[in-house]
Amino acid sequence: MRRLALNDEILLNIEKPARYIGNEVNSVMKDKEKVDIRFAMCFPDVYEIGMSHLGIQILYDMFNQREDTWCERVYSPWPDLDKVMREEQIPLFALESQDPVKDFDFLGITLQYEMCYTNILQVLDLSRIPLRAADRTKDHPFVMGGGPCAYNPEPLAPFFDMFYIGEGETVFNDLLDIYKEWKKSGKSRKEFLEMAAQVPGIYVPAFYDVEYQEDGTIKAFTPNNPHAKEKIEKQVVMDVTHTYYPRKPVVPFIKATQDRVVLEIQRGCIRGCRFCQAGMLYRPTRERDLEFLKDTARALIESTGHEEISLSSLSSSDYSKLPELIDYLIEECSARKVNISLPSLRIDAFSLDVMSKVQDIKKSSLTFAPEAGSQRLRDVINKGLTEKVILEGASRAFQGGWTRVKLYFMLGLPTETEGDMKGIAHLAEEIAKKYYEIPKDQRHGRCQIVVSTSFFVPKPFTPFQWAGMFRKEDYLDKAKVVKEEIRAQLNQKSIKYNYHEADVTVLEGILARGDRKVADVLEAAYQKGAVFDSWSEYFRYDLWMEAFEELGIDPEFYTLRERSLEEILPWDFISIGVTKDFLKREWKKAMKGEVTPNCRQQCSGCGAGAYKGGVCVEGKN
Amino acid sequence: MKVRIKFAKQGAMKFIGHLDIMRYFQKAVKRAGLDAAYSEGFSPHMIMSFAAPLGVGVTSEGEYFDLELKTPMSSKEAVERLNRVMVDGMEVRSVREVPEGKKGKAMSLVAAADYLVSFREGMEPGENWKEKVPAFMEQQEIRILKKTKKNEKEVDIKPYIYEMEIRGERIFLKLAAGSVKNTKPELVMEAFFAFCGREFQPLSLLIHRMEVYAELGEEGEQKLVSLEELGEEIE
Repeated sequence: MRRLALNDEILLNIEKPARYIGNEVNSVMKDKEKVDIRFAMCFPDVYEIGMSHLGIQILYDMFNQREDTWCERVYSPWPDLDKVMREEQIPLFALESQDPVKDFDFLGITLQYEMCYTNILQVLDLSRIPLRAADRTKDHPFVMGGGPCAYNPEPLAPFFDMFYIGEGETVFNDLLDIYKEWKKSGKSRKEFLEMAAQVPGIYVPAFYDVEYQEDGTIKAFTPNNPHAKEKIEKQVVMDVTHTYYPRKPVVPFIKATQDRVVLEIQRGCIRGCRFCQAGMLYRPTRERDLEFLKDTARALIESTGHEEISLSSLSSSDYSKLPELIDYLIEECSARKVNISLPSLRIDAFSLDVMSKVQDIKKSSLTFAPEAGSQRLRDVINKGLTEKVILEGASRAFQGGWTRVKLYFMLGLPTETEGDMKGIAHLAEEIAKKYYEIPKDQRHGRCQIVVSTSFFVPKPFTPFQWAGMFRKEDYLDKAKVVKEEIRAQLNQKSIKYNYHEADVTVLEGILARGDRKVADVLEAAYQKGAVFDSWSEYFRYDLWMEAFEELGIDPEFYTLRERSLEEILPWDFISIGVTKDFLKREWKKAMKGEVTPNCRQQCSGCGAGAYKGGVCVEGKN
Repeated sequence: MKVRIKFAKQGAMKFIGHLDIMRYFQKAVKRAGLDAAYSEGFSPHMIMSFAAPLGVGVTSEGEYFDLELKTPMSSKEAVERLNRVMVDGMEVRSVREVPEGKKGKAMSLVAAADYLVSFREGMEPGENWKEKVPAFMEQQEIRILKKTKKNEKEVDIKPYIYEMEIRGERIFLKLAAGSVKNTKPELVMEAFFAFCGREFQPLSLLIHRMEVYAELGEEGEQKLVSLEELGEEIE
């Protein structure tokens, strides 16, 4: 039997020991003596969050299909265990073998959101791997980052040996082959990084120098090593059907945030909302084959025993074979007593019909994401949803028996006026009116409309990447405008309002568009105790502000400033296919309130066509 | 058809709590392809009921749950299928048919359980603890403070200790269990530590449940039968 890294005394005194013992259904055990490469795959947040992430399951499966590689999982120890590990000097370990991460060949860290950055330092620290790549020796694993936040890796640059820009299924195998070769050769750490730097999509930050202007903006970003490429090209899987998809994902013992089978039906999105990073990063939109999805769904249900299956994509309604897929799932799942959950569906006659079949109308709620309160602002952000469509959908849903509606909006979008903010309240009111138009004897009590607003954070590689942000107090004022306007509505008792925290937004904005200077702040904040920043009970805005002040770095340089279109942005050395010219065009159109058609209506020449696949070639072969 | 499934939970699995073990078996039954019956409605639940919850940190070779099957299957096949989908530390020991009906529900049958208690190294209640066992059991009363959510009260647990004996370096306990009368091995051992004049730490003990029984005796007479024995092998 395996020896656990933590003893009984520790495991019986911490919350949820199941987070740390491994041994889950479908987890992969190998003989460590019989593999060449040991890969620790880390999601830098608590187990229940990390276990819900599809990307890790895909890479875990893909790596473990190699006989020479054993991929294991690592998550952030919760603060209760973190404390014990520091006191008792227990190094961080991987779940499967329970061996220290420090002894692995690679530590791969997925970068899904900015607010987990301090957790990355926690993982390195607890693993006893030097925080800065420059301080690592041949005895340490190579630390590698990937995922959406790797598209602006600069605030993390000193902490990583390399970043992987693109989808993991593409060149990872090449990289592992090169590693094996290097390991046998006895060459230096730097020599491996030079070999890696030549693999498409691999970025080695130490091989680049950044020079700054007097005003703090970037003057030049230049390779300092002959092996380093000028531009790092995003790597994309063009055939999403015949690539790795885990048929036996790991099933946790404790309830994960996503306690279900996840079926990714497509990658990318045709919509082109101007605030949405995923919508640009994952272009071109690529659909998976219907038969592949049917077969995979069946295999996943059989191998996990999960009670629920969920479709995953940025906009499920745009999947061209959705009705066929859903018909199949309804039949297959009702026989197997598996529930179906259908997130990201556009509310229309079709989806309401489907939802009434798969869920209890009385208990479920409908979700709309108008994102902005007025048609003018929805045009600015290129969100193709109109008030008419929303009201029709809501009306239809109310007649179908639903009484609960959730509405998602963003505050702080470019060009926003007070009228736009108030428009949020007015739209909620109009929806409530639709409900009360139904004769009293035919409706079920009061309706419940939940309005949630988050504050907009401009992200790299979006048309809004140049936009300015606001101060914490300004955000709270905006939320107050919405709140008061909702209270002034006739049906205010049916409308509930929630808004996101403003200080987290400010910090997320700094980290999202930060440069290498922000790395020092990140390290200082961590040393002061910042960790689990995405958890409101642990988030300490004051520690971060202290760190900025001590280092003499102005946080508002990263937030308030609207960038000029000529400025060299920290992430300009990465190419995602979508060109900067296209993003500039979109930014200018946004300022004029002009909309851009979606990829299926008309090609707008974004640049992703260079990948020659997906929606860009639909109907052309 | 109602079947009773007996299983063992050992090794690292002792850290998985009761509710998660229930979820684990809901999924395991599906993976094994057993044709279980479900409740009606939009989110149907597998009809299963567990006998006696096991605390986190305790291992066991005598755990039970009852499951309603729509299609009968032989005991041999069901055991094989379930064991094919178990994780390390979980093992299905038997699958037997039991009578239908609420009266035969595993949970309401529970009347007693056997435990083997060992001490972590150096955490025994003194060097001569073995000599103290008979005297401990000869007491008229064994009073302990029982903490509930609201208050503490003193109770006599002596009537709930059916047997206590030394087995090598371990202590065997047969204790009352279930909804009417019950006590826990931790409470008995806490009293025993006090009797030996030692301070009790819950972590001193390694507790292993061996079996769970139903009471078939009439008019106060004790006749304990394991829950497994109440079922019959399915051919």
